[in-house]
Amino acid sequence: MRRPRLMYVPFWMTYVFLYTPIVVLVVMSFNSDDSPYTFGGFSLKWYGELASDANVREGLINTLIVAVGSTVLATALGTLLAVGLARHSRSRLLDAISVMPAVLPDLVLGIGLLVFYATIKATLGLYSVVLAHTVFGMAFVTAVVRTRLANSDTSLEEASRDLGATPFTTFFRITLPQLAPGIVAGALLAFTLSIDEFVIASFTAAPLEPTLPIVIYSMVRFGVTPEINALATLLLAVSFTVVIAAQRMTRLTESLS
Amino acid sequence: MSRIRYTRRFPAAVMVVGLALAASACGGEAADTTAAVPAASASSAQLNPNADLSKQSVAISVWPGYTPEDLPAKVKSKLGLDLKVALHDTNEIIMAKLTAGSDTGFDVAFVSGQYAQALNEAGLLEPIHPELIPNLANLYPEAKELAYDKGNTFSVPYTWGTTGICYRTDLVKTPPTSWNDILDPPAEALKKVTMMTTERWLALPAIKALGYSVNTKSDDEIAKVKAKLLEAKPKLLGYDDTTFGDKLKSGEAVMVEAWDGWCPTTEKNIKFVVPKEGSDLWVDTMVVLKSSKNKEAAHAFINYILDPEIHGWAAETILYKVPNKAAMDSIDPALKAANAPLQMTPSQLLEGESIVDLGEDSVKFTRLATEVSAK
Amino acid sequence: MARSTVSGAPVKSQARRSRALGRLVFLGPGLTYLIVLLLVPLALLLSYIPFRRGRFGGIVYELTGENFTRLIDPLYLDVVLGSLKIATIATVIALLVGYPTAYLIAQLPRKWKTIALVAIVLPFWTNFLVRIYAWIILLSGPGLVNSTLMDLGLIDKPLELLYNQGTIITGLIYSYLPLMVLPLYAAIEKLDPQLREASANLGARPARTFLSVTLPLTLPGVITGCLFVFVPSFGNFVVPELLGGGRSIMVGNLIRDQFLKARDWPFGATLSLALIAVLIVLLLLQAWSARRA
Repeated sequence: MRRPRLMYVPFWMTYVFLYTPIVVLVVMSFNSDDSPYTFGGFSLKWYGELASDANVREGLINTLIVAVGSTVLATALGTLLAVGLARHSRSRLLDAISVMPAVLPDLVLGIGLLVFYATIKATLGLYSVVLAHTVFGMAFVTAVVRTRLANSDTSLEEASRDLGATPFTTFFRITLPQLAPGIVAGALLAFTLSIDEFVIASFTAAPLEPTLPIVIYSMVRFGVTPEINALATLLLAVSFTVVIAAQRMTRLTESLS
Repeated sequence: MSRIRYTRRFPAAVMVVGLALAASACGGEAADTTAAVPAASASSAQLNPNADLSKQSVAISVWPGYTPEDLPAKVKSKLGLDLKVALHDTNEIIMAKLTAGSDTGFDVAFVSGQYAQALNEAGLLEPIHPELIPNLANLYPEAKELAYDKGNTFSVPYTWGTTGICYRTDLVKTPPTSWNDILDPPAEALKKVTMMTTERWLALPAIKALGYSVNTKSDDEIAKVKAKLLEAKPKLLGYDDTTFGDKLKSGEAVMVEAWDGWCPTTEKNIKFVVPKEGSDLWVDTMVVLKSSKNKEAAHAFINYILDPEIHGWAAETILYKVPNKAAMDSIDPALKAANAPLQMTPSQLLEGESIVDLGEDSVKFTRLATEVSAK
Repeated sequence: MARSTVSGAPVKSQARRSRALGRLVFLGPGLTYLIVLLLVPLALLLSYIPFRRGRFGGIVYELTGENFTRLIDPLYLDVVLGSLKIATIATVIALLVGYPTAYLIAQLPRKWKTIALVAIVLPFWTNFLVRIYAWIILLSGPGLVNSTLMDLGLIDKPLELLYNQGTIITGLIYSYLPLMVLPLYAAIEKLDPQLREASANLGARPARTFLSVTLPLTLPGVITGCLFVFVPSFGNFVVPELLGGGRSIMVGNLIRDQFLKARDWPFGATLSLALIAVLIVLLLLQAWSARRA
């Protein structure tokens, strides 16, 4: 297959662009100075400070619970909805509603949910952030999966139905495997967006159970310190390790191709 | 997505509007909690001074780094009650949460003076019961003369200070003395100056340079302030509320509008000055929420904060002035000598104009800030 | 088919029942969720529109249309047009960079494909603010780029790289590029390579093959990606504040200021409604131009 050479330019530009600030923050996390601008020498002291920071630890756990919970919910609901909209509905209205959360500014959704929880007199907790993140996560999953469904070959599904398979058998045996790359991409998006989401979380989280972005936001009130760079570096290292491990162990590769 | 024709989205909007109108017809009482109710004094239920505090707990919301980290342990050993500390980054966020109508579970919140005033106007605050806070006696007499709450009826001041110019002594030729030095910076400071973004402080330098009141409501004066701010805009590096200290340390900026406590005067080349035209007086306060179920414990907590040792922590650690005479008197003189802002006396502070909530006229300042940043 | 010829009627009703059941199972959960946690909260929020701000924030429940008249204001139009420009530029650049990237990722061998794809989102698993501050460290007056250039003797005083519209655009692209690449990847990945080969074998040049085969077939991904970059760019308020130095504002700042700073929820809700309406109009235009292409 031909791959035009010229395309490699933007390809590598993308990665250089995405990773330049990452390199900066990793380097700065080993800074012995506390200035974010000048590198004074190598030091691990910020990692030591980080290790003793209980707020960060709790925030991290809360964030993981929220991200995993909302990704699972959003992926399940979003995939079903995408298939439902493509195969069981002709309603333009429903199509529109399903993309709405992606169209809404986070602040509007956040305040809307704050008012909603207040109106039904719900006590906020981690669950309220999970539910909130599921709203936008689901829109992204639905949209990405529908991209995959669009123009896709429906003859197999029709054949399956004609042979008397229930919609569910057809779904699990035929549709789902075809959609796998879209579902994985959508879930990856939902997880990525949840793990670093600040605005909606700050309105829907219980004040005493903040997620990590909320904790970090309060730490950078006086500017970024190398401790926060150390935290960002650790997060990267851990997610990188997890991804590599997952790839080795579960043949993630196959589901993506 | 290709099957979605985008014309389909319009009905969604129509439906949302329809739903909204339907809800608005009956939404009245649902979210009515923020409607203005007569101020706190109307319903000062009696609190029991002998309540068993060990059966209560206190949840507070405060700015990060604003109270000692071991405060919960101290409160537990001293008062025997559990203290839970939540953090808010800005007045705006905690105001949104407190006024949205849900029970936040907070007993005490730390907010700035004009926000305490607004919360009180909304009927969300418990009046302060002075008989439960004997340590109020530690406060300077001036601390009872604050314009947004004379006599501390619904708020207790925690820290106070003013706004001025924080600058690099090694990078400006002549030390700034006037707000005009920021609005029209000398050549060496051109494009190396920042002003604050929050509307009242965004307007402050121009207001004071023109000799107006920080609480002006006059359209004419606000228009002149706007013209002055727009004139200054091309000469600025940017607007910054949070990281001006870093910008100053790195030399990216040489002169910034700053709250006194945020000016890193511990650095050897950084100094703070209150411009000759005068400035404001800001106060960060503690308030007890009406929704609190632990009001006695909340008062006991505030009383404990006013203890010179605890209150002095704020002055010594975050270098904010506290309105507590006993606490200020016990500060290490060397620390005071090294940090000019700590030397300001209460009467000097009171020369600054206290910022009050302007009620319906406060939207004029929001509009002013939008106009300045949109141009 | 074969079975329906044997016994028509029962099978037909059975099919209808199973279709209804399918609809319920596939559409039911998602739509219920969206009604309860999206439409109801939005309706609650927008229900403030016909009222006015109380003296000290809060809401006075007297019907008024003043929020709509306040909306007709050249000031807000300026902000909207400015945001439109910035978000459009950011989206176009993200597409121009993101499409070839997604295209090449889709062509990679399996093993590298996963790695390349994960590498796109990996930076986003650390904090947004921290990444934005890293840009500030890079680009500021005494920052890395300027000090390197000065050490090399290429410039003798720092360039003004920060706090302008260019940095806002850069920051927005940086924030939302994965939202462009992932949908594009999903669309490109399922392309049948034989189609392109057929086109090439029929003598089409690569450019022609791209324009007449690849692009139309991946258009859904293009539209989704553009939507995901454009919309959050439009409503972002952190990037203009930090990378733009607060010198220019976007629609996101406008809404944030009404809700949080002015505590004018009725007007904030009105602005939100206007934003939603504007976005819908833009989507219509986008679809119209996409179909003409």
